[in-house]
Amino acid sequence: MKKSVWSMCGMCTVRCPIRVEVEGNTVTWLEGNQHILKGALCAKGSAGPSLVADKERPQQPLIRRGGRGAGRWEAVSWEFALDYIADKLKTIIDRHGPESIMASSRGGPFQDLVKAFTHALGSPNYSNHDSACGRNVHHASLSLFGLGRKGFIYDIKNAKHLVLFGRNILSSLRPAEVNQVMDMLDKGGKLTYVDVRQTLTGIKATNFFQVRPGTDYALALALIHEIIKAEGYDADFVERYTTGFDELAYFVENYSAEWAAKECGIKPKDIHELVDQLIADRPKVIFHPGWMLSRYNDSFYASRALNCLNALMGNIEVEGGLIFAKGAGDCGRKGPRSLNELSPKPTAKRADGVGDIYKHFEKGPGLFHLFYKAMATGIPYPIKGIICVRHDPFLCFPDPQAQKEALDNCDLIVSIDTHYSEFGWYSDVILPESTYLERDSMIAQQKGMKPRLIMRNKAIEPQADTLDLCTIIRGLATRLGLEQYFPFATPQDLWAWQLEPTGFSIADFEKKGFVEYADKPVMFDREKLEGKFKTPSGKIEIISQNLTEWGFPSWKPYVSPAKPPKGQYRLVFGRSPLHSHSHTVNNPLLNEMMPENTLWINTREASKMGVSEGDFVDVISGDVTCVITVKVTDFIHPEAVYTVHGFGRQIPLQTRAYHAGMSDQKLMKGQLQNMDPVGGGLNLCETFVTVRKSSKNHQRKVEL
Amino acid sequence: MNTYNLYLNSKRCIGCHGCVVHCKANKNLPVGPILCEISHEPLKSVRGVPKTEFKFRSCYHCEDPFCVTICPTEAMKKREDGIVYVDVPKCIGCMACAGACPWGIPQHNPETNKAVKCDYCMDRLDAGLQPACVTKCTTHALKLVAMKEI
Ligand code: SF4
Ligand code: SF4
Ligand code: SF4
Repeated sequence: MKKSVWSMCGMCTVRCPIRVEVEGNTVTWLEGNQHILKGALCAKGSAGPSLVADKERPQQPLIRRGGRGAGRWEAVSWEFALDYIADKLKTIIDRHGPESIMASSRGGPFQDLVKAFTHALGSPNYSNHDSACGRNVHHASLSLFGLGRKGFIYDIKNAKHLVLFGRNILSSLRPAEVNQVMDMLDKGGKLTYVDVRQTLTGIKATNFFQVRPGTDYALALALIHEIIKAEGYDADFVERYTTGFDELAYFVENYSAEWAAKECGIKPKDIHELVDQLIADRPKVIFHPGWMLSRYNDSFYASRALNCLNALMGNIEVEGGLIFAKGAGDCGRKGPRSLNELSPKPTAKRADGVGDIYKHFEKGPGLFHLFYKAMATGIPYPIKGIICVRHDPFLCFPDPQAQKEALDNCDLIVSIDTHYSEFGWYSDVILPESTYLERDSMIAQQKGMKPRLIMRNKAIEPQADTLDLCTIIRGLATRLGLEQYFPFATPQDLWAWQLEPTGFSIADFEKKGFVEYADKPVMFDREKLEGKFKTPSGKIEIISQNLTEWGFPSWKPYVSPAKPPKGQYRLVFGRSPLHSHSHTVNNPLLNEMMPENTLWINTREASKMGVSEGDFVDVISGDVTCVITVKVTDFIHPEAVYTVHGFGRQIPLQTRAYHAGMSDQKLMKGQLQNMDPVGGGLNLCETFVTVRKSSKNHQRKVEL
Repeated sequence: MNTYNLYLNSKRCIGCHGCVVHCKANKNLPVGPILCEISHEPLKSVRGVPKTEFKFRSCYHCEDPFCVTICPTEAMKKREDGIVYVDVPKCIGCMACAGACPWGIPQHNPETNKAVKCDYCMDRLDAGLQPACVTKCTTHALKLVAMKEI
């Protein structure tokens, strides 16, 4: 029998709405939800069913029997595995208190379950991957607007000019957003792209700046300088809605286009031309403040400067600009219930020090990498148990070796994931979660111009002995006597409970796969934005009261990034449209399209080293050496080498991905605690590596 | 009569290779055969901006296809509407078609030991739908154009 199921993709973190066709227990077709995506989907999306069919993912719960990382697993029943974990957790709680247990999830709309579980245990230590992703952007946005990075949506489609600093929007792709960019270009909009290398996004650009790595902040400051000098900003908007403009004007006095051009290695004329265009296109100009901006030690300030440029353009709450993300409340309705509200608020201080030692970081998920510090030192208290849900810290954060050393202080490491992760391979228990096509997930609210409720429906029954997260968490909670915080037997019960205050029912999802709170886009009156910015002053704080109070400058004087020593290069990394960071590299279909990564080297540098396209090079950092094939190109800055993130995997059971390509994380030796002190994001592009021609050579082969 | 054409709007294409995977997923193909490809010329710097054009290629559904002529079992067929396709039960996997095609288009499917090639997803067309690559193209850059009979 054929059926059609509305659901949500789970191949990356964008979570596109999809429609799945099923015959028997097999997915025969899936496509992007016609109502939102008109069928469109990316390569990863179509490869979903091949993840389901892949036998190289865990087929039942596994308990480690050899040493950590040795790969000796015993297959056990769910009953046994959950009992085992619950017993260990109880012992840890008895000895060290509940706060010595931490849990981390992938983040996004479904983190509620994991967070609620952590809090129900009595631990404040919930975390996610964000310190290796958007924390700098988030904090920068908070300091200016009082709203986090998801507080605005970008009306790219109607913009006249989109400016991207290293935001490779067409490769790290969100199909809906990509289509907005293409629509904007079709209508004659301009795209400015700034990066250390050429990307698929750069190919579509009107203006392209190949800058010296680490100089984004310089260029952003120069744009502020030139726009102010030309009086090209929206004076009325600035007057009404911002504080600290004069201080900013004074601060950027020395940061001219000529100065930045030298610093970034570009032409002053090109900057001036860009400034003219921006002023002409205002207010329909969007400066993307960055998505994943855990890169340089001034990324927080770079993001702040980009957001400040948005304010200078006066592009808030106008068509083609930044629009406040509206929720159910803005439509006079109620949002779905959150599980976390059921759990008691833990009283202990966070082990990562966020909200306590680090008052300037928003509590939220805290900063994951700082938990390793607590594990290693036992300060402020020991962390003895860790549960990671669909989150692979070894691929997320620098220096997996240092992470392992810290983790060895733990009595229990649990990985809940759909596939083998590097972290899972080092853990004590692997709980295999059903893939997104085989599980129901919680209902989530998506804010936007038209806020909506979205859901993931199970399309087929699990093909292996796997469970959905709701059932797993409930199983653990029940064993720990915490079932009152999870009063649902099935995901369906949970949905009904979540939906109750919204006035919607599950039946409302039948028509389109989602429900909308509004028929038309909800816009605030741009003349009455007072109070919409949640800063202490209620305005956009160019000089932030909070930052001042915490002892940080609102504008940091620019410091030129270090030049790599001779024979060394700055290691930078990025995305491919065919893989989502780490968890797709072993997918049969996607692996076939892109089985490994390469190292991009500038043509001149390559010839100095005597390597040509396709040769092997050794990439060395500390005691780590990786071997990788080379791509030689003019379109990367000579100070940098670049690779796609997520490769160099070491799990023998993943035969396709095993040892294919190189892991950039492993080369970030000693960088685990190197973070932007104000933004909290890790400095993932502050590693220099030695590159030399490898003795491994395609030509040298001895055959008998 | 060559009735259909797959047209790529290179300006909209972002080279994401989604179409290639949509095609393979729809045809349920194992590792090996790839029925369409996205390619581009090396980047050229045009006024400081590196540029390139994307190209999409699949079977050309020739007027007088060599693959059809050479096929010993009449498994390779041309329909009324111009679509050249493999009549799967008749195919013996000899791959003479691939040798005869100037572009080596037909591919060997190691799982079924038969030839497989782009047939514009004719089962979908017959059901009033668009080919997989067109339906799911990330940017809606691909179109199936039906030529009007003159
Ligand atoms: S899916 Fe569309 S945008 Fe992507 S490569 Fe294919 S034709 Fe281009
Ligand atoms: S397979 Fe080759 S010869 Fe046959 S129709 Fe296609 S392009 Fe023409
Ligand atoms: S029309 Fe169908 S068979 Fe041909 S390339 Fe597109 S998806 Fe593949």
